[in-house]
Amino acid sequence: MLAWTIYVSFIGALLARLSPSKGLARLVALTTAVVSLGIGLVAFHHWQPGELLTVTRVAWIPQLGISYHLAADGISLTLVLLTGIAATAGILFSWNIEKRTQEFFAFYLVLIGGVYGVFLSFDLFLLFVFYEIAIIPKYFLIAIWGSVPKGATGENAGSLREYAAMKLALYSFAGSALVLAGMVAAWVASGGHSMSFEALAAFPFSAHFEMLMFPLVFVGFAVLAGMWPFHTWAPTGHAAAPTAASMLLAGVVMKLGAYGCLRVAMMLFPAGMDPWGFHVLGLGSWRDVFALLALIGIVYGASVALVQRDFKFVIGYSSVSHMGFVLLGLMTLTQIGLDGAVLQMFSHGVIAGLLFAVVGRMVYDRTHTRDLNELGPMQLAHAIPFAAVTFILAAMASIGLPGFSGFIAEFQVLIGTWRAFAWMIVIAGIGILVGIAFTWRALTKAFFGEPTPGLAAHALPPITFPEKLGALLLLVSTLTVGLYPRILTDLILPTLQSPLFEGLRRGAWR
Amino acid sequence: MITLLTLFPLVGGLVVLALAASRDLARVMAVVFATGSLVLAGLSWYALNPAHPGMQFEEWHAWAPSLGIWYHVGVDGLGVLMLVLSAMVVLMSLAVSWRNEKQGGVYFALVLFLEAGLFGTFTALNFIHWFVYWELSLIPAFFMVRLWGGKGRAKAAAQFFLYTMVGSVALMLAFLALFQATSTAGHPGTFDFVELAQLAQSGGLSTALAQNLHWFGSSEHTAMLLFWAAFLGFAVKTPVVPFHTWLPSAYAEASSETTMLLTGAMSKMGVYGFLRVLLPIFPHQMQQAMKPLLWMAVATIVLPAFAAWAQKDLKRTFAYSSINHLGYCVLGVCVAAQLTGADAGLAQEKAAALTGVLLQMFSHGLTAAALFWLIALLERRSGGLRGIDDFGGLRKIVPVFSGLMGIAIFASLGLPGLNGFPAEFLIFKGAFPLAPWASSVSVLGLLMTAVFLLTVIQKVFSGPVNPKWEAMPDLTVTERLALAPVLLLMLVLGLYPQLITGMVHSTVTQWVLSMSAGMKF
Amino acid sequence: MSADLNLGLSAVNYAELLRLTLPEITVALAGLLLLTTDITALRKCTLKTRLGVGALIASVGCLVSIHMLKSAAVEAHLADGMFVVTPLTRVVQMTLVALAILTVLLSTSVRFTNSVGEYLALILFATVAMMFLVATQNLLLIFVALEFLSLSLYVLTGFDKRSRQSAEAALKYFLFGGMSAGFLLFGMSLLYGVSGSIELPQIAAAVSGPTLDPLLLVAIVMVAIGFGFKVAAAPFHLWAPDAYQGAPTVSAGFIASSSKVASFFVFGQVVTVGLATAAGHGAYGAYAPGWVPILCVIAALSMVVGNLAAIAQTSARRLLAYSAIGHAGYMLLGLIAHTPMGTTALIYYVITYAVASLGAFGVLGALEAEGVDKIADLAGLSRRAPGLSLCMLIFLLSLAGIPPLAGFFGKFYIFAAVVDAEPHLGLLWLVVLAVAMSAVSLYYYLRVLKQIYVAEGAADAVAIDVPLVTRVTIWVLAALVVLLGCVPALLLRLIGA
Repeated sequence: MLAWTIYVSFIGALLARLSPSKGLARLVALTTAVVSLGIGLVAFHHWQPGELLTVTRVAWIPQLGISYHLAADGISLTLVLLTGIAATAGILFSWNIEKRTQEFFAFYLVLIGGVYGVFLSFDLFLLFVFYEIAIIPKYFLIAIWGSVPKGATGENAGSLREYAAMKLALYSFAGSALVLAGMVAAWVASGGHSMSFEALAAFPFSAHFEMLMFPLVFVGFAVLAGMWPFHTWAPTGHAAAPTAASMLLAGVVMKLGAYGCLRVAMMLFPAGMDPWGFHVLGLGSWRDVFALLALIGIVYGASVALVQRDFKFVIGYSSVSHMGFVLLGLMTLTQIGLDGAVLQMFSHGVIAGLLFAVVGRMVYDRTHTRDLNELGPMQLAHAIPFAAVTFILAAMASIGLPGFSGFIAEFQVLIGTWRAFAWMIVIAGIGILVGIAFTWRALTKAFFGEPTPGLAAHALPPITFPEKLGALLLLVSTLTVGLYPRILTDLILPTLQSPLFEGLRRGAWR
Repeated sequence: MITLLTLFPLVGGLVVLALAASRDLARVMAVVFATGSLVLAGLSWYALNPAHPGMQFEEWHAWAPSLGIWYHVGVDGLGVLMLVLSAMVVLMSLAVSWRNEKQGGVYFALVLFLEAGLFGTFTALNFIHWFVYWELSLIPAFFMVRLWGGKGRAKAAAQFFLYTMVGSVALMLAFLALFQATSTAGHPGTFDFVELAQLAQSGGLSTALAQNLHWFGSSEHTAMLLFWAAFLGFAVKTPVVPFHTWLPSAYAEASSETTMLLTGAMSKMGVYGFLRVLLPIFPHQMQQAMKPLLWMAVATIVLPAFAAWAQKDLKRTFAYSSINHLGYCVLGVCVAAQLTGADAGLAQEKAAALTGVLLQMFSHGLTAAALFWLIALLERRSGGLRGIDDFGGLRKIVPVFSGLMGIAIFASLGLPGLNGFPAEFLIFKGAFPLAPWASSVSVLGLLMTAVFLLTVIQKVFSGPVNPKWEAMPDLTVTERLALAPVLLLMLVLGLYPQLITGMVHSTVTQWVLSMSAGMKF
Repeated sequence: MSADLNLGLSAVNYAELLRLTLPEITVALAGLLLLTTDITALRKCTLKTRLGVGALIASVGCLVSIHMLKSAAVEAHLADGMFVVTPLTRVVQMTLVALAILTVLLSTSVRFTNSVGEYLALILFATVAMMFLVATQNLLLIFVALEFLSLSLYVLTGFDKRSRQSAEAALKYFLFGGMSAGFLLFGMSLLYGVSGSIELPQIAAAVSGPTLDPLLLVAIVMVAIGFGFKVAAAPFHLWAPDAYQGAPTVSAGFIASSSKVASFFVFGQVVTVGLATAAGHGAYGAYAPGWVPILCVIAALSMVVGNLAAIAQTSARRLLAYSAIGHAGYMLLGLIAHTPMGTTALIYYVITYAVASLGAFGVLGALEAEGVDKIADLAGLSRRAPGLSLCMLIFLLSLAGIPPLAGFFGKFYIFAAVVDAEPHLGLLWLVVLAVAMSAVSLYYYLRVLKQIYVAEGAADAVAIDVPLVTRVTIWVLAALVVLLGCVPALLLRLIGA
């Protein structure tokens, strides 16, 4: 039944496009997202710990041993739930889109369908197909409906949007090109009989081959996960995207990359993470290299966010920083670190969605500026208190305050890091502190600025009901996971024990 | 029972938030819930068996056992003392806010959230959810300073927030390391304060550290590093010199109602951490680091006393005075960690010092809250002026106010018969034999406290009448009635400290016993 | 049945030949019929009627031909490899005829000429030439068929007599084509000289040996150059952009689709059958002389030149021309693999490419009446013609290799074949280059789509009305692209993977 998350999304896209009125398109989109979320929840409810839920498995291109194989384990399910939540919230926050509404929701739902597909694919080829399906709608969502900084108008605004959209599309495509090369090589090297994860994970590739393919595929996916130094698409893309697309980009699409890193690069080529046998600058394996890059991303993203004037860029860079934790967690190769990484995917998905919702929808759509210095005098805390409260909660979640999902996730990543690369913990700690600093700065500058004397607080349109509903959905999600992390760790931990991850469970695995 | 206690103000906060539009309704509900909380805290005080040394009213629930996270709460003498103190201070603060029209419904909700955070912090026994409350209490406090503070509130709040967060992150990293150290194959490690303390006593913790975390070549160094990281977390909160620089501006810029909460209740969280975490889990490390610790304690006592003397702003004066008073607590805790061997006499002194620390926590909470209350009343009458030199001869204009303020100041100074005296007396009684030189230098702090407090009395209440304030009204009947129970309690505690020492006796004895056990490796 | 036919070194069983070439003859007859009908019966009728009737005759003829191809003999080998039928050639022939139908249907909206009969007939004649081209393993017939095809195409290119561009394009195409024919003929004669045979399998048998005859190498280079011109691979591509831009759009689409399929198929026949033993190696660190290394260079050049030059184009048709050059590079990879899998992959690729490419030209052709030439003219198209825009999106994304469209699987399959061809991932360097260039290609395809979907059109722009037949044809092409992408097994089964 889980497969219907994909089908429903695509059908919804078609119906939304054909809707005669904008209102109907919105309703169709919302219904679609809610139904998919519902399907995800039902599957979640019925899921037995450690189970690999095969949804569909039919021969697709039998000549090449490629099958249409949809399945879900705990990790997939976690991310399917995230997608459902982020998609529903995103639609609620796009309720005010008036420009080419039907097309907007059509592209949006195609993107969602692709994302669901990636998370449910258990055939490498199929995964890649869905992975690329998700690229194109992103381009159009940003290029057509994107937001631009104040002052950019007409031609200029268009080119800014298109620049960001093109950059995003090309980065994604370049990354997926690496993945394609790796995929072809893996298929050929394994004899060209099958593309299923089970078969490829069980196939004894030569250590040399894995050593070559792991970095290739990992980097290919990590581009989309915003790994430093391939992250530059993320801030521009997030900032230029319309709110719902930012929410999806940061919330879900970046997870596609991280998911690919785990599911493809690490699961299929575990030996690629073994030591090289020699050291370069103190780095002795690809694992060390990527952990270091993740760490740089954490600190770099946070530091750059600290000096941004554009509110959306602050959040954009914060995503780079937070995704660093995901990659760092993956590279710890410990049970707790991986658990933390997957949890962080969920958590960041929800929190980033919330932050972008506040910045892009609640604030920007009302004030038409993203400049922190201009927002300050507007006294937003008084003008739109709901936005302020939401942002405060989101900021708390974002900096990893306990009680929110971010804490439990980052905290597990840190434990894993402590086990794997003890010295890095200090730098990660600094990254967290800088993260706190930039969040605090953005919060106070945007919402609690000093009023300009003689200028009354702006009268802004009140927060609408769909916005409140969307914010509530995301807040409840992050709080639920934060207060009762078992709801997800019980999905993830048994999955890490499954035979598919056999290759990872060695050495320091605990 | 304890869960209910913590949830009560939290629910109250939500209710008040829902009613925030109407200030009147909000403040009534806030007081109702705060009173309820005080009653609940009082009940737990009443129900606690003083003879039982360990944790009582414990609750255990699996939370995320695979991560060593259990919902574990419980109180001992220390916990219940802090609960009652927090509940009282919150109620006092609300009483002052009652008439402060600037503070709307949201403020009252924040106060209740803060109370929930405090209750949680003082009852949680698993690091993770303890940390939840620890941070949760910071957020309302931050916004109370940021939104309702004085002119320099932005900077003060930022400093307050960032300093504390640095400490928190260090603390968190330390506990992650402990978790990591205690985890073995098939067992996820522990975050439990009680379990960790037991491990520390049995020597299991150092073994675990040696097995699992050996950086810098030795587990001793690792343990030391962890100790300092955890210390940083508590030292910033308390604060201990030199980590105190956030405090004066935060206390001064916050409205006096907020400052009451900060100094009366929140500053106790730091000392609580010393007692609940550092002393039981790192006794050996404390003892190894005794020299720098004592120096810091002495500095915390002496330097702020001098600094207080130099201040021109009443709130800053009492802010420094607050640091100074908590310095005694730090001194008491430190000397209790001294290596004493089997000398039963010295064990007695340790018990005395620790009892003094507990008394001091309670008594300073009460006194400081009362002082800032009175300052708030003064500010309200002077239109916000609060410089030491702004007043003069108030004794003649507002005798009742001056009298009550005098009592509070003398209590703070440690005059026998008032609550400050037995506390400081016990601390010094224990400290002198255990750390003679440190105690001797600290006496300088006592002296300076007397000097600056007397200066305040002299400049504000005595001397020539400042004609500007001739029309200043004295305390109203309501104000007098509200203040009376507090001052009465200060008097009672001064005369009958057994009220508290009796409650905490077995807890303290237990600490001393287990500490000497923990030092035997 | 085929066994007894295979004797014919000397004697040719004409009855059998007639039977086997019946599909070709049908198409040719259809061409003649529509020519005569148009000149005689329909002289006085409107252009619309003439086009309709002509297309009807052509389509019916082609459908009959397809039906015959489906039911005809599966294996045959006639007259010294003059006429070779295998299931594969049948599939390719069917594809060519099907493409011819679609091209004819697209032509129903042309307005640039009054000589409707000739135009449609030429398309059919070119198709006949291609059908012969794919069904022979004889150098002589290959050359004859190729020239027959080329002549038809030259005329089709220059058919718009009112347009100087069209004439110029035809001339350019003709000059370059003539030159390439020269190279090809020279190469073929050398082959004959070296091997003493004009039948591909026998050439292969004759030239096998441990070392490569220098003369043979010259022959290989000449053949490569000759076919390089035909398939528009760099550095022999210079005619393509002008021809694609200047020719009537439907002709350009026909050149880009059908003729590409046939040329590549015969190119493949010549090198993989005729020169099977002189392949050499292009793997990194394992180089050996032969046609593979030469094609490696041509392929790499084509991919780089085609894709990079496409970025700079402002005319939509020139952009498609350069992208065609890039695609020729990818297709050469299938030859380079020199394995059965490589051949299958090449055929899959070239067929799906032909469909998408014809579709893209079809869309441009439908817009010709609106004066669309520059990419910028496409601005706001999605508001004026949403259906057409969606089809264009599908065609271009398929060309870019985005799943689940046909182009993606083609790329994947061809890359896999290349990687598989050499042990130790020897040809991975070519694949990496190809993959990188396909990332570049997405850039310029997206530039076109940006104009269509993102850019705002003129405020007074009205909806575009496209004739029903054209619209349906384009939709059929788009559906094919999606279908072949989603279920590649359909085509793979036919071409015998």
